[in-house]
Amino acid sequence: MRDLFAIVMLFGIYSLLSAGFFVSMDAVDVALTEAAVGAGITTVLMLGTLALTARTEKRKGHGPLLPLLVVIVTGAALIYATLDMPYFADPDAPAHQHVAPRYIQESGTEIGIPNIVTSVLASYRGFDTLGEVVVIFAAGLGVLILLGVAGDRRHDASPSTMQHHLVLRVITKSLIPLILLYALYIQFHGDYGPGGGFQAGVIFAAAFILYSIIYGLNSAERIISPAVLRFLMAAGVLIFSGTGVAALLLGGNYLDYDFLAHDPVHGQHVGILLVEFGVGVTVTAVMISVFFNFSGRSNARQETGKQ
Amino acid sequence: MTTVLGLYNYWVVIFLMMVGFYIVIAHGNMVKKVVGLNIFQTSVFILYISVGKVRDGAAPILDDTVTVYSNPLPHVLILTAIVVGVATTALALALIVRIRESYGSIEEEDIHRQDESL
Repeated sequence: MRDLFAIVMLFGIYSLLSAGFFVSMDAVDVALTEAAVGAGITTVLMLGTLALTARTEKRKGHGPLLPLLVVIVTGAALIYATLDMPYFADPDAPAHQHVAPRYIQESGTEIGIPNIVTSVLASYRGFDTLGEVVVIFAAGLGVLILLGVAGDRRHDASPSTMQHHLVLRVITKSLIPLILLYALYIQFHGDYGPGGGFQAGVIFAAAFILYSIIYGLNSAERIISPAVLRFLMAAGVLIFSGTGVAALLLGGNYLDYDFLAHDPVHGQHVGILLVEFGVGVTVTAVMISVFFNFSGRSNARQETGKQ
Repeated sequence: MTTVLGLYNYWVVIFLMMVGFYIVIAHGNMVKKVVGLNIFQTSVFILYISVGKVRDGAAPILDDTVTVYSNPLPHVLILTAIVVGVATTALALALIVRIRESYGSIEEEDIHRQDESL
C-alpha cells in the first residue's frame, strides 16, 4: 500500500483495537491512555506530518526477500525462546510473586485509595513517573526547537478551511465543554477509578486540538498562547518535583508524601493529587504545543508558497 | 491451558513485533518507518499487559467483592510508556518534517543519493 493516508488511518484503527484488547486484559487505565493517545493524538500528528511532506510512498528499488529472511529468522529464534516462559494468565508466574502482592494487599491501608495503578504510579514508583514526565517535557522541547522557530514569525494566517462548515462548528462548540469536563473528571477521579494525570492531559489537549482544527490555529492561540504553553510545560514538572522537595523539607524522603499532612494517609492523598496535577499540566501543555508547532509550520509553508 | 499452546500470547506479540521490524527494515519511506516502530512498540505493550494478566483476575481497583486482581505493576509501566511513546513519536515526526525541508524527500534512498553526490 503506497497511500500513506490510508496507512495512518489503519494505524489509528489498530490503536483503538489494541485499547479494546487492554480492557479485556484488565488494564483499564492503559486502555484509556491508548485510546486517547494512539487513536487520537498520534493519528493527528501523523496526518500533520503528511500535510507537510508527501502523501504517497515512492516505489522502492530493492526486493523484499532479504528483510523477510531476517524477520523470519529473528521471529523463529524468539519463538524458540518463549518455550521457557510461564504460561499465559498463570497465577504462579514469577511476575506475580515479587512486589505485586504487596501493592495489592497493602496499598489500600498505606495509601488509602482504591485504584492500585494510581497508588503505584504516583506514590510507590513516583521517581519513575517523575523521570517519565521529564522525558515528555524534553520531547516537547525538542519539537519546539525543531519546528517552533519558524512558527513564531508568522502573522495572521488565513483562517481554517473548516470555518465554513456550520454543522462542524456547532457540534464542536457543544462538544468541547463536555470533553473538558470529562478530562477534569478523569484527572481528579483517578484515585478511585481508571484515570489520572496522563490520560486527563491527553484528553484536555484533544479538546484544544479539535478547537484549533475547526476554528483555525490563530483563534486557538488567542485562547492559549504559545508562551503560556511553554510556561505550563515547565510548571507541571516543577509542581511534581516541588512536591518532592516539600516532602524533603517536612522531614521525609524525596517524594515521600507521608509527611505532607498530619497523618500519613492524608499526606498520601495530598501528594498524589498534586503530583497527578503536575503530570496533567505538563502532558496537556506538551501535546498542545507539539500540535501548534506542526500546524504552525504548515501555515507558514502555505504563506511562503503564495508569495 | 497447560500445553505448549498456553504460550500463544507470546507468539502474537512476536508476530506483531516482526511485522513492525519488517516495516522498519524493508521500507524506505520515513513515515512508514515510524508507523513500523509504533507497531513494534505496541507489541511490547501487549507483552507486558498479557504477562500482568492473572486467570479470573479483575482490574486492579480495590473492591470488597473481588479476591483476585491482575498485576498492577505492568499497567503502570505501560501507561507511562504510551505517553512517552507519543512524545518521542512527535519528536521523530518533527525530524521527518525538517528532513523533508532540507532534502525535499522523505525516502531513504533519495536522501542517501543526495548525500553521496555532495
